[in-house]
Amino acid sequence: MPVSFKEKLDSGKFVITSEIAPPKGTNLEQMHHHIEMLKDKVDALNVTDHQSSVMRFPSIGGCMAIREHDGEAILQMTCRDRNRMSLQAELMLAYTRGIKNVLCLTGDAIPVGDHKEAKGVFDLDSVQLLRTIRTMESGYDLGGNQLDGVVEFCSGAIVTPEANPLEPQLMKFEKKVESGAVFFQTQAVYDLDNFTRFMKYARRFPVKILAGIVLLSSARMAKYMTENVPGIFVPQNLIDELSSAPKGEALAKGIEIAGRMIATLKKESICDGVHIMAIGKEEVVPDILAAAGM
Amino acid sequence: MKSITRQKPFEEIQEQLEPFDRIFIAGCGTCATLTETGGVDQVKEMSDRLNELGKRISGTTVIPTACDEMTSEVMKEHNRAIGDANCILVMSCALGVHRISLYIDKPVIPALDTLFIGIEDTPGNFREVCAQCGQCILGQTAGICPITTCHKGLVNGPCGGTNNGKCEIDREKDCAWTLIYNRLKEQNRLYLMKKYNPPHNFQVTPRPGVLKIS
Repeated sequence: MPVSFKEKLDSGKFVITSEIAPPKGTNLEQMHHHIEMLKDKVDALNVTDHQSSVMRFPSIGGCMAIREHDGEAILQMTCRDRNRMSLQAELMLAYTRGIKNVLCLTGDAIPVGDHKEAKGVFDLDSVQLLRTIRTMESGYDLGGNQLDGVVEFCSGAIVTPEANPLEPQLMKFEKKVESGAVFFQTQAVYDLDNFTRFMKYARRFPVKILAGIVLLSSARMAKYMTENVPGIFVPQNLIDELSSAPKGEALAKGIEIAGRMIATLKKESICDGVHIMAIGKEEVVPDILAAAGM
Repeated sequence: MKSITRQKPFEEIQEQLEPFDRIFIAGCGTCATLTETGGVDQVKEMSDRLNELGKRISGTTVIPTACDEMTSEVMKEHNRAIGDANCILVMSCALGVHRISLYIDKPVIPALDTLFIGIEDTPGNFREVCAQCGQCILGQTAGICPITTCHKGLVNGPCGGTNNGKCEIDREKDCAWTLIYNRLKEQNRLYLMKKYNPPHNFQVTPRPGVLKIS
């Protein structure tokens, strides 16, 4: 019997997750390839849920595919596109298909995506979604009605250790912990001193923290992210390191940086694991792991 | 309270008026005058533009407060010009359009889009502050409404899209939860932000809202 993600989290081992993005369309070939390539190299695979509000094949479809390959899936669930009835229904579907891990997210805003005139739902928020799972686990739906057969999930959430101001994020983090999150995958972190400070705080709570590792593929991308993506700060020395790479070698440098960070996080026991986001470059996730000595 | 409006694209107004050649135009002396969308000047400008298109304007008026029931009296005063028209073009918010529709048996055409109910911060700067959700939580959010001011209407704190006090959808827009945090901190009431808020009741008064004072 393969060990579940929850058991791995509880075992205290350094946990590794990564993620795949479903296609825009019905050609699932590449998604299946990524699942096949990564499922045995990581402890669980997230499937993004219309990431950046861009309409795609559904997260639950990707998770079902992971199960077909006997992999461990983390269902990313945002509150942007479904009301509380639809979210509960999908949780039941997930449970019956062997998907036992859920990452509860608010979801990006509609205007940043590719269906700019759509209605953003946000009937629940991420904290309320976590509580919804606990309610359903206790045998009831949000309407107070009894369920014939319950769900059981390993629930997770996200936190942004580089947010400014940080305190409101930490308050929400604590609400998420109180609402049943047992693991957190963080927004991308690059400044390990800052992250270590965050971990000193987070260690007070009985949850597992997986540091977000977003692959930097060029100095330009690093600069863009630090200037435009909320909650991401890439220190200048990393941008300089990427710039110093010979032409055509920036991606290799990015892989080296990601690998180095993972190795440090693990060696110094800074956090409980990492969540690797390669964003369109899933092919190199094994290389990142190799660079980390894993 | 002010009903904030914006004039529809002229092509859309033209399309709505396509079947009509004699038009009566009604503006509003309250909110639409303030937003410069349905005051005396805008009514005159609209009248001139439609004239140029070959439409005949049978009359114009700026009703003091178009949503008020006194509007029926104003309509009576213009009985003749309205009688001569085959539609009324209304340059007020949708409340005025509704009110006028109650008194006139002719097609009533809106020239404006009603955007939100807001307040005027400084002259010419309007801001939505209340979504009329029927479940006011301003008491615990330092007077800043997260249902309205937060793009996602979140009630349990900021999302991950908050960026140096601004919102992910627009760098010009403040993050509601940063504003709430700052003000609660000033007031020494940050404990309120730690309180869990259950899911919002979206059916406080199921639409359409009706209230009868007994």
